Amino acid sequence: MEIVRSQREPTHSAASTTSAKLSFYRSAPALEVRLEDFELYAIDRLRVLQGISDGLSRGKKPEEMEKLVLLLSTSPPRDELRKWFLSMETSLFRYRFRLESPESQRSLMSEFQLPYKAISRAEFETVKEKLNQVARSIGQPLNADTLFFKAPFEEVPELFAGRRVFLQKGFAYVAMHQVVSLVATQFRSNLSKCLVLTNRKWTSTIRDTERDRLAPIIEALSTGYLGPDYSQPKNSAEISLKDINGQASSSFPLCMRHLFDKLRETHHLKHGGRMQLGLFLKGVGLRLEDALLFWKSEFSQKVLQIVGAERFDKEYAYSIRHNYGKEGKRTDYTPYSCQKVISSTPSTGDHHGCPYRHFSEENLRAALTKMGVCGRSVDGILDKVRNKHYQIACTLTFEAIHDAPYDSGINHPNQYFDASRKILQNKMEST
Amino acid sequence: MSKDENLVEDEMQIDQHDSDRPQKNVPDGFSEDYLKVYYGKLFPCVDIYRWLSYGNDGKHPACDQSYFGRREFSFTLENDIYLRFLSFNNVVEMESSIRKKCPFKIDIGPVYTVDPAKRRAYAQGGNNVFSPIERELVFDIDMSDYDDVRYCCSGADVCLDCWPLMNVAIKVLDMSLREDFGFNHILWVYSGRRGVHCWVCDGRARRLRDEQRASIAEYFHVNKGGENNAKKVNLTGAVLHPFLARSYTEVLKDSFEKKMLLSQKLFASEDRFQKILQIIPDDSIASELLDKWQGNRRSSISKEDVNVSRWEQLKHVLQSGKHKVQGLRRCVEEIIFTYTFPRLDMEVSKHMNHLLKAPFCVHPKTGRICVPIDPNDCDDFDPTTVPTLSQLIEELNMSNKRSESEEDWERTSLRKSIEIFRSFLSALLKSCKKEMNSNVRQSTDARNW
Repeated sequence: MEIVRSQREPTHSAASTTSAKLSFYRSAPALEVRLEDFELYAIDRLRVLQGISDGLSRGKKPEEMEKLVLLLSTSPPRDELRKWFLSMETSLFRYRFRLESPESQRSLMSEFQLPYKAISRAEFETVKEKLNQVARSIGQPLNADTLFFKAPFEEVPELFAGRRVFLQKGFAYVAMHQVVSLVATQFRSNLSKCLVLTNRKWTSTIRDTERDRLAPIIEALSTGYLGPDYSQPKNSAEISLKDINGQASSSFPLCMRHLFDKLRETHHLKHGGRMQLGLFLKGVGLRLEDALLFWKSEFSQKVLQIVGAERFDKEYAYSIRHNYGKEGKRTDYTPYSCQKVISSTPSTGDHHGCPYRHFSEENLRAALTKMGVCGRSVDGILDKVRNKHYQIACTLTFEAIHDAPYDSGINHPNQYFDASRKILQNKMEST
Repeated sequence: MSKDENLVEDEMQIDQHDSDRPQKNVPDGFSEDYLKVYYGKLFPCVDIYRWLSYGNDGKHPACDQSYFGRREFSFTLENDIYLRFLSFNNVVEMESSIRKKCPFKIDIGPVYTVDPAKRRAYAQGGNNVFSPIERELVFDIDMSDYDDVRYCCSGADVCLDCWPLMNVAIKVLDMSLREDFGFNHILWVYSGRRGVHCWVCDGRARRLRDEQRASIAEYFHVNKGGENNAKKVNLTGAVLHPFLARSYTEVLKDSFEKKMLLSQKLFASEDRFQKILQIIPDDSIASELLDKWQGNRRSSISKEDVNVSRWEQLKHVLQSGKHKVQGLRRCVEEIIFTYTFPRLDMEVSKHMNHLLKAPFCVHPKTGRICVPIDPNDCDDFDPTTVPTLSQLIEELNMSNKRSESEEDWERTSLRKSIEIFRSFLSALLKSCKKEMNSNVRQSTDARNW
């Protein structure tokens, strides 16, 4: 892996150095790195990526970018990690590409051998009217300096399928902002291929020689980072059964509160809900024995009577123990992050998922009011929801309830819980 | 003539039901014997071979001798016996196989990486070396997909009142394939009963991957929405995309207002005009018009056709600008698009390995030949007078060869069709030769452009 050292270059750098700044991963890099550097860069990079993740959930973009290129060989087969990495890197690339000047963007595209050619002034004049028509037809009117590129139609299937570009004699006329999308897609696919290739190299050759040196670092990075994943809850956050009710109403995020309330109300939850809530409680510090008692007592009113103690132990208790890594392949499952919760697909009879995404506006308003959020804040939250900023909406809820700002942005239900406990404890201690 | 009667007799004996009725079930003389004569004397096998070779059947050093042999054909024999993954190394093999097996239907598939007959040898190792590598871009338009907007016929039938919808499809697509996508070698073929097929044969088209084919089909996809959607066309946006605008002004508008409106009597009865009113997103306008027309039992003194006058009224109300309702802006266009815009079978176009019936096949249910259609002349095409198998055999029998060099089809009604095909073919082969000469390999990525 070739690591490029961070260079503090003046911002008006010549176009020739741009390829050093923005790699396009056309081929898997050769491997040459100093171990200590590797760890530093890796942590640095992940911090940047996490920063983006936080920043995006808070609606902000990071100010400073480090010029590091790190390929995580993703030896732990966590698909989620790889997907997250690809998304973040692509966002980073897209952001940085947009920052470049138009000339630099054009030269980057030709350097990366992307098949888009800028069109001349003269050609633009001949197709201007049609380009305008297309722009108006998709509700994205042109302004005076919208740049256009030309590419064979084969290159831009998604764009012409939706009639979002003008086609003439086999060529598509693509506007600048559309190009960025395409470039980003290409970047992502190149990076993905690179990861695969590097992983293959890693598993086939590096493992043996570098196992003792690199492997522990990679493992630690991939499981330890991404922010805490709450699989090993801190003692101070341990929750006991008698506290659970109180803490549910004060410190659970809406998604978990809803599940908890439904469980109390109907004495049953379907599988998706049991997983989401159960793992959350584990992350919060509920011990296995307490968890078993908790679920059993909740289910006793309905399910237990129907299925009987023996079957309950067999099926439900088994799966609770499974979640804690005490059964089967003994994987200690990690509580769901916001990303995972948001991407669930609850259907009839389900209560899991992200309420900001999966509730109707009416239901969401009612739920937030029940939580104690005032009317004006609810409006602000619903506005974010309409724009699909679910995590920002949750953050605003947090801030409204705790009457305190929360700049990091919510990425994980357990993060919400921990932050809430912290504020409440501080309040208690100060009084 | 008695010979023909005997043939028909033989057929009828198989089916007890029809033994006392004149041949109702057997369409105009479709029989295996006729088919044999057709394949022996009329079916343009050599022309089809030359077409599908795309110039590789020559002596040019750039010719790929294996090309034709890697093309898949399929035969449907009598009794629905279906033979797939057939291939032929040369025209002699192809012709003799067709004459021997006498298929009721011949389908053309893609060109594969290897001879399809040997595909199993390459299937080992999981490394899929047997895959389609070239295939014409094809479209299939079937009149039964228009059943909700035509009242003259339904299902398998077509007539001169609804056939103009096919002409609309041909014109809109042909224009777009040439103007927008830059294709030049496009063959339109009558499907034999109720539709048309389109074969785009440019090299660039043949090398398209599945995803790109799906995107092209989607580009042409305007009538959407399933059972529960009364409104299948949604033209959002301040203006229409140039492709839609051009289709509208050059083909759709006139076709609707001058042909379909009248031939289908779209406003003549309540259930018909209700269908159109359902497309209007504003209930008050729709009911205003409904009242007006329902009460109009005695038509006014005006000699104007009721369909024309009601359409004018509707347009006036929608375009007057009096009603400031969202979604009314393009309502007139949406109605016209709903009733005329081409409806493709998306699945046919999306996959390289889709098999499509060959031109000049005989349709077993109608006996009609699947003849090419000249897109520049399509308004004159009449599906009800397309030559049938028995008609051609009769023509052959009734006439004599006029000269030694004359081909048999020249003295039948098939002549014009073969001439259309040959003119398409010569233009195509000329361009194939040019491509070989300049040795430009247009890769699917086209990164060298």
